[in-house]
Amino acid sequence: MVLVFAESGDGRIKKSGQEAITFGKKLATQAGTTCTTLLLGPIDAPGDAGIYGADLVVHLPHDGFTHFDSQTWSRAICEVATARNAEYVVLSHSSRGKALTGRVAIRLQAGCVSGVTELPNLSSGCLVTKGVYSGKAFASLKIATAIKVLSVMGNAIQPTKDGTAVPVEVMDLEPGKAGVTFVKTDKVEGTVPLPEAERVVSAGRGMKGPENWGIIEDLAAELGATTACSRPVADSDWRPHHEHVGQTGIAIRPNLYIAIGISGAIQHLAGVNRSKVIVVINKDPEAPFFKAADYGVVGDLFEVVPRLTKAIQDMKAAG
Amino acid sequence: MNVLVCVTKTPDTTAKIGFVEQNTRFDISGVQFIMNPYDEWYALVRALELKEAQGGKVTLISVGGADCDQVIRKGLAIGADEAVRIDVQPVDAYQVATEIATYVKANTFDIVFTGKESIESNGSEVGAMIAEILDWPFLSYASKMDMEGPTATVDLEIEGGEDTVQADVPFVISAAKGLAEQRIPNMRGIMMAKSKPLQVVPGSGVAPRTAISSYTMPKEKSAVHLVDPENMSELVRLLKEEAKVI
Repeated sequence: MVLVFAESGDGRIKKSGQEAITFGKKLATQAGTTCTTLLLGPIDAPGDAGIYGADLVVHLPHDGFTHFDSQTWSRAICEVATARNAEYVVLSHSSRGKALTGRVAIRLQAGCVSGVTELPNLSSGCLVTKGVYSGKAFASLKIATAIKVLSVMGNAIQPTKDGTAVPVEVMDLEPGKAGVTFVKTDKVEGTVPLPEAERVVSAGRGMKGPENWGIIEDLAAELGATTACSRPVADSDWRPHHEHVGQTGIAIRPNLYIAIGISGAIQHLAGVNRSKVIVVINKDPEAPFFKAADYGVVGDLFEVVPRLTKAIQDMKAAG
Repeated sequence: MNVLVCVTKTPDTTAKIGFVEQNTRFDISGVQFIMNPYDEWYALVRALELKEAQGGKVTLISVGGADCDQVIRKGLAIGADEAVRIDVQPVDAYQVATEIATYVKANTFDIVFTGKESIESNGSEVGAMIAEILDWPFLSYASKMDMEGPTATVDLEIEGGEDTVQADVPFVISAAKGLAEQRIPNMRGIMMAKSKPLQVVPGSGVAPRTAISSYTMPKEKSAVHLVDPENMSELVRLLKEEAKVI
């Protein structure tokens, strides 16, 4: 059996959780087995995990799972995995998943691979692929243990949504004493978080100063995109640090990444080069970023960006 | 506070990545190795700040061969008091975490710091594994940390924001950007580092659970499609009809 731990928030399964379920279901099909999804804490319609591929849902609704704690959560995941003889445990390579994956692997005496980018090859043993060297290469790893723990990279798989709600087994498991005490959550309101964003508009030093960011925000708003920036921009406090994408910031893989006034240093590319489509706007035709781009515009960003925003508005108006 | 900082060596951030022996081994020729940036810039410096504020000792630990000594010495030059190298060439995170946890059990530490991930294997596994082996709380991706007595109040990076949580020592914490400001070793630090203790101890013999079977390079991008800067409706058309991303 493949056990998927799917993350939820605000009573719903998160996108990263949906991806993990679809990944788990496809893995289960390959391995000739079924996919059970585990949900922790309050959630509105747990059976909806079936929409993304789950065959069965195990739900531990206890209030003690409202706030995250890697110790109690990994214990709960392992308890369910062991009781139901899971051969694979699948998690998301998200902030929570990163705190859980190693713990779960140790508890289950399992080999683990985190940040998996495609379905494993099961033709001889279990061969799993992940990005290494900050996106500059991929590694295939063999897992030698009976139980295998995998965490799935964000956007590595599109969640399928053609299933139907499935039965839910509710278990009355108490989490026990948490190792950390929750104080508060601060979220940037109104935008999709960068690691989950499908479209990202990012700008660099070519912007000349923080006062010029209006054109970036206008373009992002028109595209329904999240804004990001390069490291020098964050280091100069032109933009908040949580917008910094790159090797030492956040690594992202949206469907569309528009880089504006960013030269494309190797460290920046390492964080964004797994984006599906990259558009580069830069006045310097020699900017290294053009080598990594799908589409390029050589021109003054202060003219090109408003023109692009207008062109998107025109497209929408034309239907 | 008795603090242990886990450090590893990684290729320099600008290193050209290549592989040898039928793509089964990383090509080290011409590659400069550095201390993993998250270990050096944030984990180590925050550990040193804790010691400066309330006394104690900062110990570095690395699992690897003698080729790690250069980055360990750099950590001593930045200000760590002493260092331990577990003399094993690790194959996976499980081996690294087991060796470090074994050392922690045999000694006394209040806090174990790691970087949030290595820029080489991008796993974020070692910290969580150490925490589980020791059955300690784990504070993952910390971007701010305040200590008051035995209690840490810590901001943790989450998707689109941060969680603030509290935990009492002992715990494992993984360091992200913001936790501290990078320090450059000065000449006095470099000189002092030469006489600081670097203990080399044999490994426990624990076997890895995963192994790399081969590496591949990402597919080369085809040449960039340049669009006339005057004609942004053409770019919109391409994104909509050809790339199908809007």
